[in-house]
Amino acid sequence: DLEIEDIMAQKSWIHEYQIVGRKKPSELQPEPPIFRMRIFAKDTVKAKSRFWYFLSKYHKMKKTTGEILTVNEIFENKPQKLKNFAIWARYDSRSGTHNLYKEFRDVTRTGAVQQFYLDMAGRHRVRSRSAQIIQVQEISSTQCKRPNMVEFFNTNIKFPLPHRIQRTTNPSYRKRFRST
Amino acid sequence: LSNSTMVFKRFVQIGRVARVNFGKDEGKLCVIVNVVDLGKVLVEGPIEYTGVNRQKISIKRLDLTDFVVKVPLGARAGTVKKALEADDIVNKFKQSSEGKKLEIQKARAEMNDFDRFKLMVAKKTRTRAVKVKLAELRKSG
Repeated sequence: DLEIEDIMAQKSWIHEYQIVGRKKPSELQPEPPIFRMRIFAKDTVKAKSRFWYFLSKYHKMKKTTGEILTVNEIFENKPQKLKNFAIWARYDSRSGTHNLYKEFRDVTRTGAVQQFYLDMAGRHRVRSRSAQIIQVQEISSTQCKRPNMVEFFNTNIKFPLPHRIQRTTNPSYRKRFRST
Repeated sequence: LSNSTMVFKRFVQIGRVARVNFGKDEGKLCVIVNVVDLGKVLVEGPIEYTGVNRQKISIKRLDLTDFVVKVPLGARAGTVKKALEADDIVNKFKQSSEGKKLEIQKARAEMNDFDRFKLMVAKKTRTRAVKVKLAELRKSG
């Protein structure tokens, strides 16, 4: 039985969904072309919403004129292998909209995307609604550009933990909010 | 900077044996197999040997031990298990002062009322024996 701390540590809130949809068949178009998107979202409801949001930007269809054929969750192939991810994204800042390239180290695509959203919130005050992920790609260590990634590509990596704050293990002393 | 002049003795490094101190795997040993970033590492038990699955875990949830095993970067379950068995880390940790302390703490936490009574009686007996001996020595000068 997992405690909430375990759930929060292990899994990312974000899931990756494959959503397949098309315009509703009509007399003019009995077999409309089918479109597929990979959406990162916290649940299928949000995923379907984003699907229509993006699809209506590309094609002349929307939720009322279209139909979603399937929603499948895409799971990580190797969730225990540490990978480097490159994320291309587009975000709205207070003064305009910009493109972005960021790199993250994680074990799953969804973990990297979660890191991305937290990073954007922290560094640019960007809310998740204002960030659009264009592409998430696993890259090799030689392809990584960012120095904060490159410094971890060291087989003899070694660092101490200088500022260690002990956390209580006794469940009765665990608090939701700590003063230290 | 040689290790002997370093203030720090325990490092986050590939092969460092650590003890999980928070979560459902609390108290179990694992080996650091890769480093994600300054706050997280990839850790391997392996699950059949120490009970810790291969996972990304926060360094805050680990207590580093004195032990380091020789494993390559990203070593998988079989290699990690062999390395732990070769150095007999699990037993060595249990016999270390840290390991012994943990067992005592665990025993204390699992005491029932009768155990606490027995402990009280044992403490009293020991203190009495010491006091009696001390009184003897005082008398004899």
